Amino acid sequence: MAMIAADNRGLRLVTRYAVLVLIAIIFVFPLVFMLMSSLKPDQQLLQDSGNLRAFLPVGDISLQNYTDAFQRAPVATFVFNSVLVTGITVALSLLLCSAAGFAFVFVRWKGRDTLLALLLATLILPFETIAIPLLMMVAHLPWVGFDGVSWGWLNSYRVQIIPFIADGLTVFLFVQYFKDLPGELIEAARVEGASWWQIYRRIVMPLSGPIFATAAILKFLVMYNQYLWPLMVTQEEGYRPVMVGLQYFFQLNVAWGEVMAYLSMITVPVLAFYLYLQKAFIASIASTGVKG
Amino acid sequence: MKMFTLAASAAILAWGSAAQAQQALSMWYHGAGNEVESRIINQIIADFNASQTDWKVELQSFPQAAYNDSVVAGALAGNLPDILDVDGPVMPNWAWAGYMQPLQIDESKIENFLPGTKGYWDGKLYSIGLWDAAVALVTRQSYLDELGLRTPTLEQPWTKDEFMAALDAAKASGRFEYAFDPGMAWTGEWYPYAFSPFLQSFGGDIVDRSTYLTAEGALNGEAAMAFGEWWQGLFKNGYAQATQDPADRDGGFVAGKYAFSWNGNWAALNALNAFPDTVFLPAPDFGNGPKIGAASWQFGISATSKFPEGASAFIEFALQDKYLAAFSDGIGLIPATRTAAAMTENYKEGGPMEVFFGLTEAQALVRPVTPGYVVQAKVFEKALADIANGADVASTLDAAVDEINADIEKNGGYGH
Repeated sequence: MAMIAADNRGLRLVTRYAVLVLIAIIFVFPLVFMLMSSLKPDQQLLQDSGNLRAFLPVGDISLQNYTDAFQRAPVATFVFNSVLVTGITVALSLLLCSAAGFAFVFVRWKGRDTLLALLLATLILPFETIAIPLLMMVAHLPWVGFDGVSWGWLNSYRVQIIPFIADGLTVFLFVQYFKDLPGELIEAARVEGASWWQIYRRIVMPLSGPIFATAAILKFLVMYNQYLWPLMVTQEEGYRPVMVGLQYFFQLNVAWGEVMAYLSMITVPVLAFYLYLQKAFIASIASTGVKG
Repeated sequence: MKMFTLAASAAILAWGSAAQAQQALSMWYHGAGNEVESRIINQIIADFNASQTDWKVELQSFPQAAYNDSVVAGALAGNLPDILDVDGPVMPNWAWAGYMQPLQIDESKIENFLPGTKGYWDGKLYSIGLWDAAVALVTRQSYLDELGLRTPTLEQPWTKDEFMAALDAAKASGRFEYAFDPGMAWTGEWYPYAFSPFLQSFGGDIVDRSTYLTAEGALNGEAAMAFGEWWQGLFKNGYAQATQDPADRDGGFVAGKYAFSWNGNWAALNALNAFPDTVFLPAPDFGNGPKIGAASWQFGISATSKFPEGASAFIEFALQDKYLAAFSDGIGLIPATRTAAAMTENYKEGGPMEVFFGLTEAQALVRPVTPGYVVQAKVFEKALADIANGADVASTLDAAVDEINADIEKNGGYGH
């Protein structure tokens, strides 16, 4: 009897691992395909695409596609722009949205619930619906710089950053997370005479690592993958991000090897950022599953 | 020493004032990512800037796939450049929408330009192209010989029956995966550019060109129905594939998968390099004369430009044969004039792609010259894709007509 139970456990384990391996393959193989294809000349890439060789570093392997990609487009500029815009937006967004979430959950003020409801209502608005009014607005906004006052934000980093710092989803994430923090801690701190800033900085923030990581990853992905907005507001090449840059590779005859090389290069920052925050992200997902 | 200092100062001041005297003209161009094209356009700009002291053109390049959206966004934001380039069939829309103004160039200088390179809207010249593009039925002479087929000529193209007999022969030979590659992997503008000439050769059209106020009868009349049935038959009867891998479109003919490929002059050199006996056949005549598409990228001036005379001066400067030939040699397109063609490697007499110049002269028909074309092209594309995938021909074309007519009505007839 014990033998049968052990066999069943073994079988379940093997099945479980088989399923997990299969899922891992499904998620990993596109990346492997991208990397391997980036090393092959176009003709070989197309020939290999219908069989397993597509996932193997075989045939005429070289870094030529990477060299050609740098010649075709200012790849470093695009990556720099994306990392800069994304990095600043994520940092400011975490600060502002978490502070907003804190105010919505812990501070009592008039109109709080109405404003939160209004903010959440923006979640159902796709960006495309506000893109044109926003464009017409930012095209005429003033800006004070070292050269004095100028009008119009087009062709700048600020036009890619400022409109995206605060958003309903990120605030909502913080609100939901803060609601589950023990209220006694906040009350005790208030009784002890702590200011709201001290409570936010010294109590809430240290307890909220997972949600900061989750919000950072989600915001990072949205910002790094921006296409429509930068396309509308950056006519100068020097301000374009990676996704607009991708279009440089789609000529009449697409150089697929260069496309794969470019995609491999622009994927690196995303993977690095995700891996850096992976543990906290998983902790956040896990914590959402054990509520109550 | 003092004299030298004075002379140097005078020279610097003179240079400075000359530089200041040049009024900057901004220009947007769709060639980002295309090294050869970028090099040529930059050369033209450098030559123009050095040729006179009034104007200085400054270029911003955009990737082609994102160009039209960028221009529309620029127009909305009130941020258009002085000079822009525009795809021929899109020009009427931009002119009608108030993005462009008529050119101020001496039209006697473009008398000998191919018709497809001239962009007229409302009786005025709004854009002019340095090149045109053409499509041909690409195959190999050895295929024609093996299949026992007559080689069609410009004077005597294949009839519909001859074309279908050629496809039958190719299919029966068992040598090819498909007899015909229309290029189904290329979506977007390829559909109206490449396939509406078939419809026009049947006697139909995307819209009624006599008024441009309805598609009724043009896109769902008898001729259009015959075209739709024929088009569906290509896929239903196994001559072509309705869904195509982009890799097959790029390399299928060279790999021997297709006997005939409907493809443009831009892909011709690739085919010739693979098969020296590649031939470029004229479009078949489906009853109303053989037709191919016309009009490619052209230069124009934005409506908001404060310096249309400077912008026109640049465009006129760019129309020199040497630049037409440079673009042709660089990116394989058909130069706008015969004199420029004679200066090119591919289109000069005896050149490997000379035939395309003749095809353009003899068969080219511009796509409907109406602001509504940008919508009509998308409706046409969807209808053809649906029919290729088995949708009922009559109801699909009727629905397309309704959609086009509704759009024309919604836009008050687009100024026609």
